[in-house]
Amino acid sequence: MAKYIGKRLIYMVITLALIATFTFFLMKVLPGSPVASADKLSPEQRAVVEARYGLNEPLPVQYFNYMFGLVQGDLGISINQFKGANVTDVILSRMGPSAQIGFQGMLLGTVLGILLGMIAALRQNTWVDYTSTFVAIVGISIPSFVFASLLQYWFGLKWGLFPVALWKDGFMSSVLPSIALAMFPLATAARFIRTEMIEVLGSDYITLAKAKGASGSEIAFKHAFRNALIPLITVLGPMAVSILTGSLVVEQIFAIPGIGEQFVKSIMVSDFSIIMGTTIFFSVFLIVIILLVDILYGVIDPRIRLSGGKS
Amino acid sequence: MEKILQVKDLELSFNTQGGEVKAIRGVNFDLYKGETLAIVGESGSGKSVTTKSIMRLLPESSAEFKSGEILFGGRDLTKLSDREMQKIRGKEISMIFQDPMTSLNPTMPIGRQLTEPLLKHQKISNSEAKKVAIDLLRLVGMPKPELRMKQYPHQFSGGQRQRIVIAISLACNPKVLIADEPTTALDVTIQAQILELMKDLQKKIDTSIIFITHDLGVVANVADRVAVMYGGKIVEIGTVDEIFYNPQHPYTWGLLSSMPSLDTEDAKLYAIPGTPPDLLDPPKGDAFALRSEYALKIDMEQNPPFFKVSDTHSAATWLLHPDAPQVEPPLTVIERMKKFPGSRYYEGGAV
Repeated sequence: MAKYIGKRLIYMVITLALIATFTFFLMKVLPGSPVASADKLSPEQRAVVEARYGLNEPLPVQYFNYMFGLVQGDLGISINQFKGANVTDVILSRMGPSAQIGFQGMLLGTVLGILLGMIAALRQNTWVDYTSTFVAIVGISIPSFVFASLLQYWFGLKWGLFPVALWKDGFMSSVLPSIALAMFPLATAARFIRTEMIEVLGSDYITLAKAKGASGSEIAFKHAFRNALIPLITVLGPMAVSILTGSLVVEQIFAIPGIGEQFVKSIMVSDFSIIMGTTIFFSVFLIVIILLVDILYGVIDPRIRLSGGKS
Repeated sequence: MEKILQVKDLELSFNTQGGEVKAIRGVNFDLYKGETLAIVGESGSGKSVTTKSIMRLLPESSAEFKSGEILFGGRDLTKLSDREMQKIRGKEISMIFQDPMTSLNPTMPIGRQLTEPLLKHQKISNSEAKKVAIDLLRLVGMPKPELRMKQYPHQFSGGQRQRIVIAISLACNPKVLIADEPTTALDVTIQAQILELMKDLQKKIDTSIIFITHDLGVVANVADRVAVMYGGKIVEIGTVDEIFYNPQHPYTWGLLSSMPSLDTEDAKLYAIPGTPPDLLDPPKGDAFALRSEYALKIDMEQNPPFFKVSDTHSAATWLLHPDAPQVEPPLTVIERMKKFPGSRYYEGGAV
């Protein structure tokens, strides 16, 4: 197990290096520069600014400088968005709200989705099942920003249950964005669990469990649930991605001072070091999630417990 | 002999989109204490459905009891509630399934799967249940049972898994054990081991077994009595010797002729022509008539009743009617009948 994780960590570093390289050059290919918008600057002033951030160096030099800093854990300093602030500090200071709505959204989505899927499978081809399928289709096909606006309108403006936007009322402020983010994981989990539960409930070992005298709920929870969970783990990765990409939009709509919101702005003003830093941060997050998913497989399914572990 | 289980005039249908499939069309049999009754027949003859209906394991949404009763311990199983049925399943009647590779829960250690019926049906503590489970594993011939309790199904071979399934089924000393083709998915050497084990265990715990199979070789090995099923009905029932050496129904003849034996000389093995009847629209008379070269005119019109051959042997074929013409069974069957005292071809000697 330790050997396996060690190997995975090495792969993770390689993946990160590749992502950093790609992003770096892609960004340089894009038109625009952090100082381009500062029209008031004279060419001399601009040269001074560029020199200060090393933007006047040849591209390979800039690249190696950046990678050298990265290895030391230095993500550089913000060029124009936060005027000289350390990128790491910027990201860390904005992580709180993002992590909170992301975590709440993921939790709400998967738990509700699993419940919905279970109920649908156990009440197959009844109105409960059809309703759950409808919810799943809606959740997958309607983009989160549409949801976000609807939630704002009804729950925020019309009924005044939750703040419409901003991050001022602690937990209450996080409710609507979390729900908006939860829709995709909810729909995905519901679909997967329903399909898998139906399949599992038809399997021989469930018949054997029935033949042992197990009751309906014992069969659903003791025997079927864990087996139905296995394919859901596979989509945990894509779900986490949806939370990330969803947060870019949702944070913007709810005006939440999170990483997503700041990332979008940094792209608009071509703040290279912030874009790079956030990309790397997101990448690390996703790679870690994927590793956790792989480890989780073994925990839930004894058949794929990793070699080296006790059998 | 004491009757443990009685199936009387059982009729069961599946309601499907295509219509009503009459899967069981009037099945009668008794199961005696301590005996092994084999039910044989080809796929779709209703043998599995019959036993699953005893356990009430068929999907309630589509399977429907039309008439008849299943008497067990003075109660009609077709009328019990789910809850009452749960108390019988695994405790009084238990079941072994065909494919040991899929009949154990892959994410549960086998120890827990073994103790589950014990904890469910008997008032014993967890540690006591574990002890019983270890004893059961030892009983079915599993080496190092203590160590293996914590292992998962994928860590066992097919034969071992079937031993575990057997151990689970025997956990509460059931009065009836239903084995639904328990050796079909195993290779031949393991088949023999499992059959030996089952015979051995039956002697030890004195349970009655209903053994479903389409393998006549297995039947000869394990059964006391045999019921031959065709088209949702039992067409012939008798002791194992009566069925093997004095068969009366043309379908039984067909089955026996299509069984390879050590002295089969013909290069080509006999196969019953045609296909099983469509139970969406079962034939009016004898369901086998259309495939039978011995069919009489009346077979096409009227369902044959059971004719008694002996106290233990009866068959549903018009050929046994006093007015029916004498027909010659296939040669392989005549060869068999020559060995059976009481058959019209008997030549002396013993079976």
